[in-house]
Amino acid sequence: MPAVQETIDQVRQIDVDQYKYGFETHVEMDKAPKGLNEDIIRFISAKKNEPEWMLEWRIDAYRRWLTMEAPDWARVDYPEIDFNDIVYYAAPKSQTGPMTLDEVDPELLATYAKLGIPLREQEILAGVQQSKVAVDAVFDSVSVVTTFKAELAKAGVIFMAISEAIQEYPELVRKYLATVVPVSDNYYSALNCAVFTDGSFVYIPKGVRCPMELSTYFRINEKDTGQFERTLIICEEGGYVSYLEGCTAPQRDENQLHAAVVELIALDDAEIKYSTVQNWYPGDKDGKGGIYNFVTKRGDCRGDNSKISWTQVETGSAITWKYPSCILRGDNSRGEFYSIAVSNGRQQIDSGTKMIHLGKNTSSRIISKGISAGHSNNTYRGQVSAHRRATGARNFTQCDSLLIGNNCGAHTVPYIEAKNSTAQFEHEATTSKISEDHLFYCMQRGIPEEEAIALIVNGFVKEVIQELPMEFAVEAQKLIGISLEGSVG
Amino acid sequence: MLEIRNLHARIAEDGTEIIRGLNLTVKNGEVAAIMGPNGSGKSTLSYILTGRSDYEVTEGDILYDGQSILGMDTAERAAAGLFLAFQYPVEIPGVATMQFLKVAMNEQRKARGEDELTTPDFIRRVKAAAANLQIDMAMLKRPLNVGFSGGEKKRAEILQMSLLEPKLCVLDETDSGLDIDALKIVADGVNALRSPDRSFIVITHYQRLLEYIVPDSVHVLYKGQVIKSGDRQLALELESDGYANVIKDAA
Repeated sequence: MPAVQETIDQVRQIDVDQYKYGFETHVEMDKAPKGLNEDIIRFISAKKNEPEWMLEWRIDAYRRWLTMEAPDWARVDYPEIDFNDIVYYAAPKSQTGPMTLDEVDPELLATYAKLGIPLREQEILAGVQQSKVAVDAVFDSVSVVTTFKAELAKAGVIFMAISEAIQEYPELVRKYLATVVPVSDNYYSALNCAVFTDGSFVYIPKGVRCPMELSTYFRINEKDTGQFERTLIICEEGGYVSYLEGCTAPQRDENQLHAAVVELIALDDAEIKYSTVQNWYPGDKDGKGGIYNFVTKRGDCRGDNSKISWTQVETGSAITWKYPSCILRGDNSRGEFYSIAVSNGRQQIDSGTKMIHLGKNTSSRIISKGISAGHSNNTYRGQVSAHRRATGARNFTQCDSLLIGNNCGAHTVPYIEAKNSTAQFEHEATTSKISEDHLFYCMQRGIPEEEAIALIVNGFVKEVIQELPMEFAVEAQKLIGISLEGSVG
Repeated sequence: MLEIRNLHARIAEDGTEIIRGLNLTVKNGEVAAIMGPNGSGKSTLSYILTGRSDYEVTEGDILYDGQSILGMDTAERAAAGLFLAFQYPVEIPGVATMQFLKVAMNEQRKARGEDELTTPDFIRRVKAAAANLQIDMAMLKRPLNVGFSGGEKKRAEILQMSLLEPKLCVLDETDSGLDIDALKIVADGVNALRSPDRSFIVITHYQRLLEYIVPDSVHVLYKGQVIKSGDRQLALELESDGYANVIKDAA
């Protein structure tokens, strides 16, 4: 059918032009030499002015990493990574440590302005910017600035770069770091422990509802550089926080590695809502360049009645390997995972979640929406398990895939394991295709083809978009539209 | 209103010719019924009129208000006033019927250079049209056609037709799958839209529908051609005698 042919042709034409954040910032950088060894780790630790225990912890992680092997079970295909061909530390020379807005290099501020990230507190307070969100801006290996720190401190909330927290709140960091994702949990988590450079630290004290949205914006800028993000969020008894994460990178022909570890800890009656809009550079139409996004994200519902909710919109990266998970340890705790994963061009996604039910009467809900276009492959991989003691565990999983064109793939790989007879697990999965019938119907009503696709896709992802904080929902919808531009006639 | 001249068309993918020299004229305000045995090209004709890209016109022309529409795509033809009530309306999950109606109405207005409807104006129009078709507003909050019964789907089609105010309406076997009560509601909805400036092409297998939507002309389609035209009486003859005699006479 010609219309189908047309769609295929359009998909072929997909170009990097659609990636709007592919520019590069030119500032003088302070970089480590390429390569990975104990000296490099000492170099990073010294740059960050870390205490001795932190350096020892890193070296120990590195030694364990050396004994491990890269995972090969995911449905992704890429050449072996040469870990000695990566720069593990790169920071703007002007950035000697965490700074106030007035001290930050204007070139860096201009970068974030160009990316649409609000850093100017005064303007936000004056209502020039609409939403009030505190931002931690991470540029390659260093946190450039964190806004609204003073105001948050009044509420007792700690929000700062993790490198800063290691110095200012070492007891908190030591108490919680790597307690959710153990050092040797997996190959990339061990690597992250050895070489992580920056990320955010959030501490919500007992009974405090964080007065504004917190967010971290990750930017990879420097060539040949890997970004090793480390984020730790602790929500004490009865606390609440909503946290957003965004990411972009310049267009480059070489692949770049982003290997993050994010740990969330919710104590009794606490709630953490973690949202991601991931828009790393996806590579060009032939699959050249793009970010390898190998991420370990895990939340621990450590207290009774606690709740952790992951919402993610994944549109970028050449390869995504990511399974934000919940350990439902506390009784009556609840985990949620809402995901939209869009792949186009030659992108490969293997993503999903794990819901590990350990406490009594724990519940979890998984809504995953995968959209594949172009020559991409999109796999949902999810695990739901109930421990022997996890009586009354409940899970509902819904996994929907939407295909656009004839050259892409969608795969669903669920692992379900119940070790007690009271667990109730439900799994629903559908695969559908935007067909010529759908398009013709909409167009017959006067809706042009691009609008028709947008309408159908938005209908498909609606359940997840609704879970995003308001400020992000509109952005996310636009982003999905842009990611699929050209995949449709 | 509509003039089809010596139209030849085929399936684009495999070149099978379906329409073979079809001539048909529909005047302003006319209701033309198209009947014919299975596989005679009735549904194909509705798709070609509305510009479905699975078909190619190889010869002849379609004039709408005196202008050829062969160069226009489906959405452009819709904005110009062509409407097709589908035999099998598609389901669109996650898109509320109300939302779909609003997008469609405003896209057509945009294409014609008109202002978008204000929300109160839009709701007022939908409420009035829905009441005429005995459609509950709660149904319009549900995703378009998802879980709708056969009757609800057809009523939703006629609702869209009345809101989009087309000039030429093509009804493709709108009676299929309807019980007699639903058929009456749908036919009343169509009859309410009849006007001197609006024409209808009613495609059907059965004379039953034509008792409710009384046509001005009846045309028999066979092997991609109109082989006989007449008035209402022709439909009654076909009902009692079948297509065989008409086909024999034409041969």
